Amino acid sequence: MNKETLGPNVTRYEIKAPRVAKSRLCGQFAIVRGLEHSERIPLTIADVNKQAGTITLIVQTVGKSTLEMSKLNKGDSFCDVAGPLGQPSHIAKYGTVAVIGGGLGTAVVYPQAVALREAGNRIVSIIGARTKELVILEELLGSVSDQLIVITDDGSSGKKGLVTDALRELTQSDNKVDAVYCAGPVIMMKAVAELTRPMNIPTIVSLNPVMVDGTGMCGGCRVTIDGKRKFACVDGPEFDGHKVDFNELMDRLKTYKGHENKKYEEHRCKIDLGAVSDKSKK
Amino acid sequence: MAIPRQQMPQRDGIERSKDFKEVNLGLAEQVAIREAQRCLQCKNPKCVEGCPVGINIPGFAKLITEGDFLGAAELIRKDNDLPAVTGRVCPQEIQCEALCVRCKSGAPVAIGWLERFVADYQMKNQKTEDGKQKTEVRKIGKKVACIGSGPAGITCAGQLAKLGYDVTVFEAFHKAGGVLVYGIPEFRMPKKIVSAEIRNLKALGVNIETNVIVGRTVTIPQLMNDEKFDAVFIAVGAGLPEFMNIPGENFKGVYSANEYLTRANLMEAYNPESDTPIIRGKRVCVIGGGNTAMDAVRVSKRLGAAESIIVYRRSRKEMPARVEEVHHAEEETIRFEMLTAPLEVLGDKDGWVAGLKCIRMQLGEPDQSGRRRPVPIPGSEFVIDCDLVIVAIGIGANPLLTKTTPGLKLNKWGYIEADENLMTSIPGVFAGGDIVRGAATVILAMGDGKKAAQNIHKYLSH
Repeated sequence: MNKETLGPNVTRYEIKAPRVAKSRLCGQFAIVRGLEHSERIPLTIADVNKQAGTITLIVQTVGKSTLEMSKLNKGDSFCDVAGPLGQPSHIAKYGTVAVIGGGLGTAVVYPQAVALREAGNRIVSIIGARTKELVILEELLGSVSDQLIVITDDGSSGKKGLVTDALRELTQSDNKVDAVYCAGPVIMMKAVAELTRPMNIPTIVSLNPVMVDGTGMCGGCRVTIDGKRKFACVDGPEFDGHKVDFNELMDRLKTYKGHENKKYEEHRCKIDLGAVSDKSKK
Repeated sequence: MAIPRQQMPQRDGIERSKDFKEVNLGLAEQVAIREAQRCLQCKNPKCVEGCPVGINIPGFAKLITEGDFLGAAELIRKDNDLPAVTGRVCPQEIQCEALCVRCKSGAPVAIGWLERFVADYQMKNQKTEDGKQKTEVRKIGKKVACIGSGPAGITCAGQLAKLGYDVTVFEAFHKAGGVLVYGIPEFRMPKKIVSAEIRNLKALGVNIETNVIVGRTVTIPQLMNDEKFDAVFIAVGAGLPEFMNIPGENFKGVYSANEYLTRANLMEAYNPESDTPIIRGKRVCVIGGGNTAMDAVRVSKRLGAAESIIVYRRSRKEMPARVEEVHHAEEETIRFEMLTAPLEVLGDKDGWVAGLKCIRMQLGEPDQSGRRRPVPIPGSEFVIDCDLVIVAIGIGANPLLTKTTPGLKLNKWGYIEADENLMTSIPGVFAGGDIVRGAATVILAMGDGKKAAQNIHKYLSH
């Protein structure tokens, strides 16, 4: 693998996975196990290099498994990479498309922006983050956008506000927005969908529920779309944002919060203790 | 004097329900010999007719009586590539043992336990030399892909490798073994047995590619056209969890049995070293009456539940689970709520499971399956307090592979249609196991694997 740090706790990995690289279409994801005891983690494939047989994954360190991943070095390998999984993005010619990435969601919408632009759309990208350090892929996304808006909660980069503020402003300007593609925290996707619903702007969101196999076998990633049960791993991950039950998704995402925090803290404690004992030897 | 059927030594119910070590301990040599002596060596052995793969049962029993345990194991392996597996999970009581002539005047010969005994003996006492068989087999120069590394896939792969084919097994998960590693728990099917069988397969020259989801990573047309496989055997299992479609099924703390068992078995969530989380309920309701339900409920007990309850809408008699599994569950203090159907999962204010609202049932007229249909008793609603609900009411056909294979004919439930030779509507593409039959057993899947191998050989030989 090749790796590069994109920001605090955000790492970009380029991994050799020729079969995955060959078959992957925009919008699909891979399931990765960093080490032998790691969880299976679904990650959007941000990019591929078919010649080199590599895929690009952008990972935020949020728990023990991702922390251990980030400790791997150039030349190391992940234990397992399986994919591509999920339905490819629905790419069409709309006219002007607002592509909205919140935090790490920017890595999810980047390949969509590329594909939408290739399909002849005008791309206005909006990157939202809490603060300047958490804005990722600004340059890369900018390079495939006709217009790029950065907006942060604290105004430390770009405008001050939320992505919905930027989107509202955009729709009120002369620019007609014909479609919205959006990925990021569930609460943000929900707010975007609520904003575009009365305007009848088609809004595609990319969901990130808990998953195990990624092949429709476990049903852990079930989401409610238009009152019906769907599996995000095989029916999604992208859905019509106006039909998603976001509240249920937000709630189900809390299932393992306690476990994750505990594992993460335990692991960090071990590292800290390790550091202390190393020093004490000297 | 007639020898009585020997007993399988097993660990104490309470003690074993606290860990994941195997329940049955296996027969001792002398006990196995005594049991094998009970075989009457029938001229027309009915037991063999009851075996889906036609194992020479009197033959291997005789070898056991002579103390030739390795010979007995070799004889079984002529017809059955996974004796250590089937000796543990086959429903012998409705197959070989049900037809044993000794049933007429007492208990049948414990064929399953004997099979398990010789398979374990062989594993312990015979050092397999890697590549030994490899050199003996003359390569045919033709390639076959087996999709899925469960019982059907590995049986087919082993048979074809022995015939000299270049065989690749594609597995979607990161570990080979299919249902034997993700589904059946350690206390019933120790993983070291599965990994030993996978090693045997590799020693035969079979190539195993994990993390390949056929239908996504690569398609069947690509395998045949680009990667030049001459034939394909689809053995992906059923693999689509059914839910009850009752209110509250999306509360936190409702699992499909597939998810629960995959977390517990494949991901080893019971092991503190594993990072995969699992909800450890204090009071657990498992809905269903099959082997999967028994596995799930017994896992929940081992993960520390104070009470684990089977909720089943029919009566004990209609339960599809093996008698031994139900019996083991009872010994482990599993509670059974029979003739009970769930109506709604109740949740607390934070969206976690808080209870299961049920209704009592009574048996009415027989339905299409011949079993008496359960009908609700009006006014009998009640609530079982619980914090975890596991749905084990069956599985359907997973469409991931079938949808991406143009021209593959399916039946109305989405299972693959195969002819008497197990060939599908696409020439050179065969299918077997649960993706053809619907949810069935390990041994039937293995029977399909064997039959498919024979027919693939026939197909590729002219």
